[in-house]
Amino acid sequence: MSKEVLQELSKLLPAGRLLTAAAALSPYQSDALTAFKAKPLAVALPESAGEVIETVRWCAKHQIPFVARGSGTSLSGGSLPIDGGLVIGLNRLNRILKLDPKERVAVVEPGVVNLDVSKAAAPFGLYYAPDPSSQPVSTIGGNLAFNSGGAHCLKYGMTSNHVLGAKVVLPTGEVVELGGESLENTGPDWLGLFVGSEGLMGVALEIKLRLLPKPEKYHTVLAAYDSLEKAGSAVAMVVASGLLPGAMEIMDSLAIEAAEAAVQAGYPQDAKALLIVELEGETLEVEAEARHLSEVIEASRAYKVQIARNEAERAKIWKGRKAAFSAVGRLSPDYIVQDGVVPRSKLGQALSEIEKLSLRYGLRVANVFHAGDGNLHPLILYDGRVPGELERGEELAGEILKLCVALGGSITGEHGVGMEKKRYLPAMFAEADIELMRKIRQSVDPHELSNRGKMFPGGEAEALVRQGLHPLEKRGVISRE
Amino acid sequence: MQHKIPVEKLGPQGETMARAVEQCVHCGFCLPACPTYQVLQEEMDSPRGRIFLMKEVLEGSLKPVDAEPYLDRCLGCLGCVSACPSGVAYGELISSYRMHQEATRRRSPLEKAFRFGIQETLPYPARFRAAALFGSLAKPLGSLLPKKLSAPLELLPSALPAARPLPELYPAEGSRRARVALLAGCAQQVLRPEINWATLRVLAKNGVEVVIPKSQGCCGALSMHTGERARALAFARKNLEAFPSDIDAIITNAAGCGSGIHEYLLLFKGEADFDKAAGFAKQSKDVSVFLSELGLLAPKALHSPVQVAYHDACHLAHAQGVRSEPRSILSSIPGLDLVEISEGDLCCGSAGSYNLEQPEIANTLGRRKAANIVASGARLVATGNIGCITQIEAALKKQSPEFRVLHTLEVLDLAYREILG
Repeated sequence: MSKEVLQELSKLLPAGRLLTAAAALSPYQSDALTAFKAKPLAVALPESAGEVIETVRWCAKHQIPFVARGSGTSLSGGSLPIDGGLVIGLNRLNRILKLDPKERVAVVEPGVVNLDVSKAAAPFGLYYAPDPSSQPVSTIGGNLAFNSGGAHCLKYGMTSNHVLGAKVVLPTGEVVELGGESLENTGPDWLGLFVGSEGLMGVALEIKLRLLPKPEKYHTVLAAYDSLEKAGSAVAMVVASGLLPGAMEIMDSLAIEAAEAAVQAGYPQDAKALLIVELEGETLEVEAEARHLSEVIEASRAYKVQIARNEAERAKIWKGRKAAFSAVGRLSPDYIVQDGVVPRSKLGQALSEIEKLSLRYGLRVANVFHAGDGNLHPLILYDGRVPGELERGEELAGEILKLCVALGGSITGEHGVGMEKKRYLPAMFAEADIELMRKIRQSVDPHELSNRGKMFPGGEAEALVRQGLHPLEKRGVISRE
Repeated sequence: MQHKIPVEKLGPQGETMARAVEQCVHCGFCLPACPTYQVLQEEMDSPRGRIFLMKEVLEGSLKPVDAEPYLDRCLGCLGCVSACPSGVAYGELISSYRMHQEATRRRSPLEKAFRFGIQETLPYPARFRAAALFGSLAKPLGSLLPKKLSAPLELLPSALPAARPLPELYPAEGSRRARVALLAGCAQQVLRPEINWATLRVLAKNGVEVVIPKSQGCCGALSMHTGERARALAFARKNLEAFPSDIDAIITNAAGCGSGIHEYLLLFKGEADFDKAAGFAKQSKDVSVFLSELGLLAPKALHSPVQVAYHDACHLAHAQGVRSEPRSILSSIPGLDLVEISEGDLCCGSAGSYNLEQPEIANTLGRRKAANIVASGARLVATGNIGCITQIEAALKKQSPEFRVLHTLEVLDLAYREILG
């Protein structure tokens, strides 16, 4: 690309807001998945929606691929730069534009940090429900792109259930409004298509979020078990009992060890598995449910049960859980965080299969998961300095994903496909499905500029590379033209 | 994180630096804890971004001079260390890195002169006093001077308190419960001599005899944090000689000095007298910790209630993990209502000599801290570090001049003397 082209962009942005020097670009080379690295052409730091639109239009005009990112906490490489492409850093678009306590709606810019929405809503007794573990860091824009989940999505659903509308600049430079302030919409669910599209369909400029009243009371129980299976069946028992907790989380002994070292959460160190169950709602309701829950937990043969007596104790229990991924950095120089889903009833089976795989590959696997949703997060520990360990780890990760699909689940619960799992997409979707997805994407982004190279397998469709033309194509029934 | 740092070529601190890089998983939990990231919102000015930069310089793929602007902007507040779930020893990394790079770093004559000026005055109370006196007189000229020179003037009080030399021994009141030695600190002897006197009175009242070694000097923290390793070692060694051994603890009452001494373990790595330095570090304690362990004599109830906001000095909270002790000292005063400051983990912008070298970011942080302090509702703020006191006073003067900024021990001393409220 010629120098003049980049200069044209630098004229669109005030001085100092287009980074091109090596030292300024280097820290943008990875997100939270450092196994992937790429050096961008430049990093643009717009401060207004207008500047974002101008930047995207410049990309469209010159066919420069781009990735928009916030805090870069993606665990699937979703916010990894594109080699030679532009990074649009949205962190400075961090204003809460409107907070209407009566309508329980907030309109925010994409760079607003998840937790900051709840902080701003707190004086009105409201909060923003989706709570990914990265919530003190990750931005709403990124949460939207990846339809982020979190511990409390068991009761409240994912990000998509809490987004009412978005103003978006499409990769062509066109600006559109998706959804609205109303909970019900007519016509195609364009917003639904956009949420979770991993940045492949443009950049959100303004996002309308639903706020919920803060639960009056929480009841947080920490139950320790001498086996992972017992904790797993406890989850099934809680669900069978008719209770719908806000969250149900399990951590195994490795994860407990790491979290305890990081934040001294007070977890029992000898436990093989910990189950966190949180009830929330109106006081009377929670009190009645708590009695019910304690009977279930007792029947599940937990050998130790702790109940948070106050907000500080509750916060401590959650701090350990939410720090668990990063804390595993204390146990191993490298690890892969996996994110697969299995039907809740197959949790026990999935865990024992993972244990067998771990033994077979000779790599430790720590388990932290949203048990209520059947969303597993196996953390595969490896040492990148040992030749072959990374490859073995990746292979093991692949086996786990295939296992999830075989059990009737999914290759991702909330981290997205990004870079990391694009080659496993064909394990879950037929070639024709992937082609359809690609066509939908191309109808919005004909040149595949927005987050190019992510989600879809290979540079070209991997299925095409690997298996050649689809049988229907060979017969001339369908065509890619 | 994987790296190709040639550990063996980097001297005794090489292993420390490599280990920190290895432990970073780039998760981003440090971002909200980092003051420069909060102000600038750029990856290069975040802890994990700086780790990338240091890694690449050490690996040889990035020129040190290119990384300098971002690494120089790090306050060394260690807020990221408290926030890091994977236990990255960022403080040890950046201190080692700065010491490693300074030897070969090229600086402009003006920069050299400015740094030389700081290194040759701040650690020496007599010289600093003379300079500060001159500065106080020059304050009205501040607006005529370039920013680099006017920034230090803004931090100075309009009149310096009178110098009050400390005795060599301050006896315990009543029966002796302990014998300690006090590190008097450099800047605070000039800017706020009252802190040491309050400390002596409080310790004496609690039955503690205090030795104040005459030949003591700067702890070396200022030199170490700006990469001047040889100078830091010389300062530290002087103190290893100056302090007696027949004591129960070495007391620090400036957070910066306390954390500096605890860093002797890093500074002396590979030195012949490492054990001696490590012993010294082990013996030193912040005065609030020492008093809490000893058991505090209960102050009398205040005549009228006083609201006090406690400001966590980074070098107490993040560097030494001291958070609860100063709070429990203040709460032990009947009638004192202790309030928290929001964004309490965020640095006030003082950070050693940072507010002299990076005045713009320091001022932004100072204003933010002052606004949070004012919002706490209190009209008195207590903290455990002279740097914070100077910075916060200067920032509050513009927003809320009636505010009092005191050292935690000054508050306790006033309570004992029944003149707090």
